[in-house]
Order: sequence, then structure tokens, then C-alpha cells
Amino acid sequence: MKLVTAIIKPFKLEEVRSALTDLGLQGMTVTEVKGYGRQKGHTEIYRGAEYAVSFLPKIKLEVVVPSGGVDKAVEAIVRTARTGQIGDGKIFVSPIEHAVRVRTGETDDSAI
Amino acid sequence: MNFGSLRRIAVLALAAGMIGLLAAPVLAQAPTPTPPTPNKGDTAWMLTASALVLLMTIPGLALFYGGLVRTKNMLSMLMQVFFTVCIVCIIWVVYGYSLAFSEGTSFNSLVGGFSKAFLAGVTPDSTAETFTDGVVIPEYAYICFQMTFAAITPALIVGSMAERMKFSAIVLFIPLWVTFVYFPIAHMVWYWAGPGATVAASKAVAAATGDAKAAAEAALAVVQANAGIAFQWGALDFAGGTVVHINSGIAGLMGALLVGKRVGYGREAMPPHSLTMTLVGAALLWVGWFGFNAGSALEANGTAALAMINTFVATAAAALAWMLAEKVAKGKPSLLGGASGAVAGLVAVTPASGFAGPMGAIVLGLVAGMVCMFACSAIKNALGYDDALDVFGVHCVGGILGAIGTGFLAAPLLGGTGVFDYATGKVGDYDMAAQVIIQAKTVALTLVWSGVGTIVLLTIVKVLVGLRPGTDQEREGLDLVDHGERAYNY
Repeated sequence: MKLVTAIIKPFKLEEVRSALTDLGLQGMTVTEVKGYGRQKGHTEIYRGAEYAVSFLPKIKLEVVVPSGGVDKAVEAIVRTARTGQIGDGKIFVSPIEHAVRVRTGETDDSAI
Repeated sequence: MNFGSLRRIAVLALAAGMIGLLAAPVLAQAPTPTPPTPNKGDTAWMLTASALVLLMTIPGLALFYGGLVRTKNMLSMLMQVFFTVCIVCIIWVVYGYSLAFSEGTSFNSLVGGFSKAFLAGVTPDSTAETFTDGVVIPEYAYICFQMTFAAITPALIVGSMAERMKFSAIVLFIPLWVTFVYFPIAHMVWYWAGPGATVAASKAVAAATGDAKAAAEAALAVVQANAGIAFQWGALDFAGGTVVHINSGIAGLMGALLVGKRVGYGREAMPPHSLTMTLVGAALLWVGWFGFNAGSALEANGTAALAMINTFVATAAAALAWMLAEKVAKGKPSLLGGASGAVAGLVAVTPASGFAGPMGAIVLGLVAGMVCMFACSAIKNALGYDDALDVFGVHCVGGILGAIGTGFLAAPLLGGTGVFDYATGKVGDYDMAAQVIIQAKTVALTLVWSGVGTIVLLTIVKVLVGLRPGTDQEREGLDLVDHGERAYNY
């Protein structure tokens, strides 16, 4: 099992969710986060005060997939989240040791 | 009965007009005076206007300010404005109205007396004069209307010290400030003997001959001297440019300087937490301001309508001017800029609203929008003071523009109304240069009185209870520290 963590632009969430659902993935967790990469931030001006806002709003999407399905999931996210502009985000893949479904006690692949 | 009905120019130079009148031998009849009764339309309007001015403060000003602070200080901002309104309402009827609008003793040119403390002698049948000889409104209506002015003025100040002044300091400062700064300034600018006494004394002078003439002139001088010092100078302040806005604006600057900068000012971002609320507040201010300005006519008449249209167009012009100036200077017009411009326009037109013509008011608004935008950015940043919500940049700067501008725009030459001369019963000759100088003197008087008064009072408060919470408390936010609650629980 792998954990796919994707940082994406908020308005791309629905497209990504839809593509991942089409792959047969049954669930995911999203968090509203802030951060920056190469996109850096922007400037906000309130009367005389100018603020450089470094952290931009992003969506962090987490989905655990069977090891064999990682490439397809990553490809689906890249395909749907891309705009070609800086700030499209990043995807991290990391191993998961163990998973349990709380309701039934099922474990690992059958739990996700 | 000359209750402190006020404002409008005192009749200062009567001599020339009097001589002219004397040429025509008018037999002065002395009809038995029947006390005038209030007109129901005037009364209804003044009651409505009073409620509108309360709307300006709560929720208008409270939301305007509240939206501009950070989430952790939202309730403290609302609470400070709300508290100010409540405490000043009580102080007003206990002794404030008396100090502002009753005849004083030895310092009558500076402050009134205590003859109407606890509203002594005021009944539903008591009346207060308007600006027209023989026209009155119920004194209770007049007291209510002026009460709302006394309440909003100190509420404006708290914006400059927002997010870092502890509530106990506010609780002490507000009563002190209205007592030693607001009531005297209101008396100096607005208190006078009223049109009835002025007209009667002027007629007596006109009718008198021989030895009686000197006596009549002396009597007129006494009537004219029964006024605040700025009123005696001939200051024009229709609805409170000096009394309310310059007064609170300079107090705000002194407050910001004495209280000091917010923790993290200049290093941490302190963006407004809800410009939505700020716009709601600004819009409520605008609506309420119709009561403030048009109500200051004290009658439901053409002057009130003039003040109302000026309050529409000057505000719109200033909002547009601020947005345009921002677009040019910073690249983007902002909503906060538009809302701030509207308030700057409202401030600037306040002293001029019953004197300037609508076209003059538009010009005043355009100037105010641009100058105040400059004051709130370039000047503020250059000087480095932390006037958190720009009380000085909007209210003091806008108020000064309006006060001086009134001297120009009241001129009939520029579409203004001129100044009504109660001695001759018509609009007198208008000396623009002299009027502008009088306006400037009144501005200076207000700046010094309020500036010095605020420094002294805040120093006293600092010694007694301190001005600021601890640094950690300030970082946590005044909502939790002072009031034990949060604005948003979700």
C-alpha cells in the first residue's frame, strides 16, 4: 500500500476527485492548507499597509492505494490537476505499513 | 426661553445694518409673546434623525471598525464602541447636556454650567430653538439628538488604539474624555443664545433712539456674548466637522502615539479579518449620516434637504476619488479604499453640509477622497505611528479639509448658502477670506484643546490602571483576555 499525498490548486479538487473515483478508489481525505513553492505569494494592500502573502491556499489530498495502483493514481492526478502554470502543486508517494477498517476490523488492502 | 439651541453664525457686525434700518422709522410693536409650539413634522424628523445617528455608531461604526481588526480582537472592538455609547448616554443626561448646552458661569465661552444637570427643569413641554426665530422642537428631542453626537465622537477614537488598549483603560478614558474635551468643544462651537434673543435684541437696537440706543446695543452685546468662543468668532460647523471629527481624529492620533504600536506592527501581517463587515458598517454609517447631517438643520426643511443631497454626492465623489487614486498609485482599486473614501467624504461634508451647494460638495468629496488616501498611506508610513484604523487620516484630516472647505464653499459665489444674518433677517454679505481665517482658528482651537486634553487624560489613565495588556495577552487577543469569549466558534 502506498500513501499518495497531492498538493493541488483548490479549484482542481473536483476534477481530481472525479478522475480518482473513476479508477475505482473508494475514498480520500482532503485538507485546506497553505504553502508555497516556486509560485511564491502575492501582495495585499489594505490602505497604507502592504503585506507580502507568502502562503497561498492549497488543497492537500491524501489517498491510500494498493501498491499496484499507484502509477495510475499519480497519472490521474497529474492529468487533471495540471494547468501548466506555476503553482500546480506536487505529489508525494510514501509506503504504508498497515491499515485497518474500524467498522469491520478488515486489514490492509481490503481495508482501503 | 433660550435653551442652548446652537450653530450658525452669530451676528457679529451689526452696526452697519442697524444704522440702515434706523433710517426707516419702524414703530416697534411689542406683541404679547405666545410661546411657540413645536411643529409635528420637525419633531418627527428630529426623533428619526436621532435614531439614525445611533445606527451610525451601533452597529455601523462598530462593524466598520470590527471588520478591520484581526479575528482575535473583533469582540473587543465591538465592545469598546458599544460600551462607549452606553456610558455616554448616561453621562449626557446626568451632566453632559448641561455642560455642553446650558449657560455657563464665568467660563461661559468655554463650557456650560450645571443648571440642567440631571435634566433639571426639562419637561415634555420644554422646547429648544432651532435656527429660525420662532421655531422650536421639544427639548427632549434636542437632548436625544445631541446625545447621539456625544456618543459617536469618543467611539471614533477607539479605532486608533484598537487591538492593544485594555478594556479597563477604555472604561476610564471615555468618561474623562467626554467630560473634559467633548462637552467643552461642543459648547465652544455650538452654544449660543438662540435666534429668538438675537432677533429680539437686534430689533430693540433698531427701534431705540437716543440714550436708549446705547442701552439696547449693550443688551445685544450681552446676547451675542452668551455663546461659545468659536461661535462668537463666527465659526461655521453645520454638523460637527470640528466638534466630532477633528476632535476625535486628533485625540486618536495622540492615543495611538501614547499607547504605542501594536506588538508585531510592521513585522507581522495584520490584515482586516472581514472587509464584508467593514462594508456593511460603512454603508450603515452612510445611511445614519443622513440623520447626522440633515438632522443638524433641527427642522424638516430645505436646509435639511440640502444637507441630505450633499451627504449623498460628497460621499459618492470621495469614494470614487479614493478608488481612482488607488488605481493610479497602487495599481488596483480596492473595496476598502472605496469604503474608506466614503467615510472620508462623509467626514469632510459634515461641517459644510448645510452651507455648500451640491456641486461644491462634490468638489469637497473629490479632494477629501484623494487627500485622505494620501494621509492614510504615504504620510502614515513616513511618520511610522500605528493609528490602527486610521482615525487621524480619515477623521482629522478629512475634518480639517471640511472645516476649511466650508469657509470657501459657503460662499454664494461658489453655490453656497452664505450666512444668515439674524439682524437683517436675510443672508448677509460673505467675506470668504475672513471666514476661512475664522475656520482655521477654530480648527487650531480644537486641535490644541483636544490634543493636549487627550495627552493629559491618557497619562492619568496610564498611572491609574495602565493602558495596555501584557505582550502575551495582546498576542492572545483582547477578546479572550478582556471579555472571555471569541467572536467565531466554528
